Amino acid sequence: MRKFKDNLLRGLLWFSAFLTVAVLVTIVGYIFYKGYRLINFDFIFGDYSPAGDGGIWPMIVTTIYTIAISLLIATPIGILAAVYLQEYAKQGRLVKTIRFATESLTGIPSIIYGLFGAVFFVTTLKLGMSIIAASLTLTIIVLPVIIRTTEEALKTVPHSYREGSLALGTTKLQTLYKVILPSAMPGILSGIILSIGRIVGESAAIFLTAGTVAAMPESIFSSARTLTVHSYLVTQESGDIELAAAIGIVLIVIILVLNLSATFISKKLNKADY
Amino acid sequence: MRFIKEATIGLLVLFLAALLSACGIGNDSETESSNDSKGTISISGSTSVGPLAEKLAVKYEEKNKVNIEVNQIGSSAGITNATSGVSEIGMSSRDLKEEEKANGLNEVVIAYDGIVVVTHPSNKVKNLTIEQVKQIFTGEVTNWKELGGDDMEIVVVSREDGSGSRDAFQEIVGYTSGELVRSSIVASGNGNIKTTVATNKHAVGFISFEYIDHSISTIKINGVEATAENVLQQKYSLSRPFLFVYKEEHLTNSGQQFIDYILSQEGQAIVSETGAIPIK
Amino acid sequence: MPSPLTEKQTLEIGKSNKRKYMLEKLSARIFLLCALLSVLSLLLIVGFVFYKGSHPFVAEGYSFIDFVFGVDWVPSEGKFGIFPMIVASVFATFGALIIGVPIGLFTAIFLAEIAPKSIAKIISPAVQLLAGIPSVLYGVFGLAIIVPFLQNNLGLAKGQSLLAIILVLAIMMLPTIVTVAETAIRAVPKTYREGSLALGASQIGTIFKVVVPAAKSGIMAAIVLGLGRAIGETMAVILVAGNSLIIPTSLTDSVRPLTTNIALEMGYAFGTHQEMLFATGIVLFSFILLLNFVLAKISSKGGN
Repeated sequence: MRKFKDNLLRGLLWFSAFLTVAVLVTIVGYIFYKGYRLINFDFIFGDYSPAGDGGIWPMIVTTIYTIAISLLIATPIGILAAVYLQEYAKQGRLVKTIRFATESLTGIPSIIYGLFGAVFFVTTLKLGMSIIAASLTLTIIVLPVIIRTTEEALKTVPHSYREGSLALGTTKLQTLYKVILPSAMPGILSGIILSIGRIVGESAAIFLTAGTVAAMPESIFSSARTLTVHSYLVTQESGDIELAAAIGIVLIVIILVLNLSATFISKKLNKADY
Repeated sequence: MRFIKEATIGLLVLFLAALLSACGIGNDSETESSNDSKGTISISGSTSVGPLAEKLAVKYEEKNKVNIEVNQIGSSAGITNATSGVSEIGMSSRDLKEEEKANGLNEVVIAYDGIVVVTHPSNKVKNLTIEQVKQIFTGEVTNWKELGGDDMEIVVVSREDGSGSRDAFQEIVGYTSGELVRSSIVASGNGNIKTTVATNKHAVGFISFEYIDHSISTIKINGVEATAENVLQQKYSLSRPFLFVYKEEHLTNSGQQFIDYILSQEGQAIVSETGAIPIK
Repeated sequence: MPSPLTEKQTLEIGKSNKRKYMLEKLSARIFLLCALLSVLSLLLIVGFVFYKGSHPFVAEGYSFIDFVFGVDWVPSEGKFGIFPMIVASVFATFGALIIGVPIGLFTAIFLAEIAPKSIAKIISPAVQLLAGIPSVLYGVFGLAIIVPFLQNNLGLAKGQSLLAIILVLAIMMLPTIVTVAETAIRAVPKTYREGSLALGASQIGTIFKVVVPAAKSGIMAAIVLGLGRAIGETMAVILVAGNSLIIPTSLTDSVRPLTTNIALEMGYAFGTHQEMLFATGIVLFSFILLLNFVLAKISSKGGN
């Protein structure tokens, strides 16, 4: 009886794993199958044309803009916030509040961020539907990710490093910049790469804050559309699954490269440090 | 897990605090936005007018040193943006409502457009009366066989509340948003309706003339074909104006010149190329 | 022989120490400020969404009860009832959980405990990668494959349905659940397994009676994360939902969840209509709070 139950469960485990892998392979396979014909140099580096035969370069540029601006703001703030929480703060009500706020931010769905961005950055701050409004919204979205991963990374820096450095007569700040942050670097970097993934994949929040203008952005105050939003819109508006899938391939490749570089960087830095 | 519990309680407190404070926050007054253009004309509004405006913009940008931004966000939002100055020009695919006119908006008809009822190409029903269209969209008729088609359920596809096409369509056909059959699929944008109808043999929807292609079949209204000519001769009743709306104080010189360009012969030629109906 | 410091040198060291001290203090302040930014952001978000969303009820005389329990959503006629959307969100979320959680957990257990190392080494990173794929792509897949499949094979008039949403969401949360749960299961100390096996328990028995309970809090976290993804998902859902304003009576009805309502109409909305979409956001927010709360309760009960 027990044997039968064991075998049944074992079968279920195999079956579930098979199902998961099958479904996911189907999805990725389908996207590649549908979209690969469209992928060529002109498609990626060509300018967009309303007629539908153009490229996706403006969307790639917009995506890069949003990544760059959000990270430019979120990374320093996130790292310094984590430093405060790990290295400076006395555990108390204040730290609890900050921790709680960061955790809560993680749980808010992106459509709510979109609503907030639309009323705060777009309307109240008069930034209009623009790359900058979307980037600021994204900054808040990725801030908790960076704080969290940096904190984890700081935790893994051995106490002896800090003590050793301080014993040599350095100030806390010097210890921080010369000893602690460099050893925490791999963790911080993987946090940043995670954030890029989040930014690339985001749609609802960007849709409501950056608008949907399909053209090369003139400046960061222009309204524009990112790759993900473009993929949504071509599915929604023209029902062009092949084009959406082709954009999907570009997105998947970006995510793949990011993941691989995260692994690579953390391995490399780990070796260099020890 | 303890963290989640704490977080939940904390958020709950915050939630209440926010609710209380919400009543106290002062009014956020709309301040005048600046008028300088930096060579950019921002246009937003109707998704029906949008593609036309984009094409006009592309042609216009080729000859003039100006950047035109077209945001397709729906008629009502476009009108709001034009009123508040977020956009220089709003696009609308329906007539302005009284309260919108009261805000001091000017309107220019840049083209006319027909709305066409569309079905899956396999559908045998090719002609309907306005009354039948109304019965379909209000759910009085639910099977194609009642209209001379095959025995299959009708799937109604409508635009979302706030869409200019939907407002115009409902006004002409003669039903209100409240009367729209509840089970109707709501699709955002003409393209979305077209794809939904093109992939479902049960479906019926309405789109603007510009979006007509071979993936869908068009329905005659009272025996009249949906063509630009029939709209101009006022034989085809499902038509509406395409408007540019703006406030005098937000309109820049380049904006005015763009409007003039659209109304010129050259601009109107582009209008007819895209499938919309020129004003002259 | 080191000469004693001149007066000038001492003064300079004193000065530089003072500067160092100031710098230390200043930087500590800056760090604190950065940390407080997340609190400020949260306050702003909650504040703005609540301010906008509560306005119709506070200032315009709409009843919140009618809003939550009303069944009519006709913005152009001033009717704002989101009950059908609440029902749709609840059904869609629970449906996705019922399908996604067991499959995800079993896959995680398989990868951590049963799978040959060589297989796990390939599958785990691949699944992890899939967690990062933009959700819109899952929606594209849903629209292109799942919707027509349901339409043709179940003989439906339309494939856009509650069932389609559930399937898309279940698939979407799989990578998240598998990745987080697998990590949790792997973190269970080897000694637990060895002890159980030494006592004569079978491998499967050990997994389900010893390892899984030991990884319980991590598994709960996996479910919460998956759940968060499911409730909050918007764009993938719009593509397959159909967005009809009815209270679903079967899995094949097309519905409009809360998130979809916001994204679908936000572009078109202004005035009270827009504020009501913010109010929809508040309900969504509360919904997430409630679910987290319930899950926390369940897991703490299970612990005793």
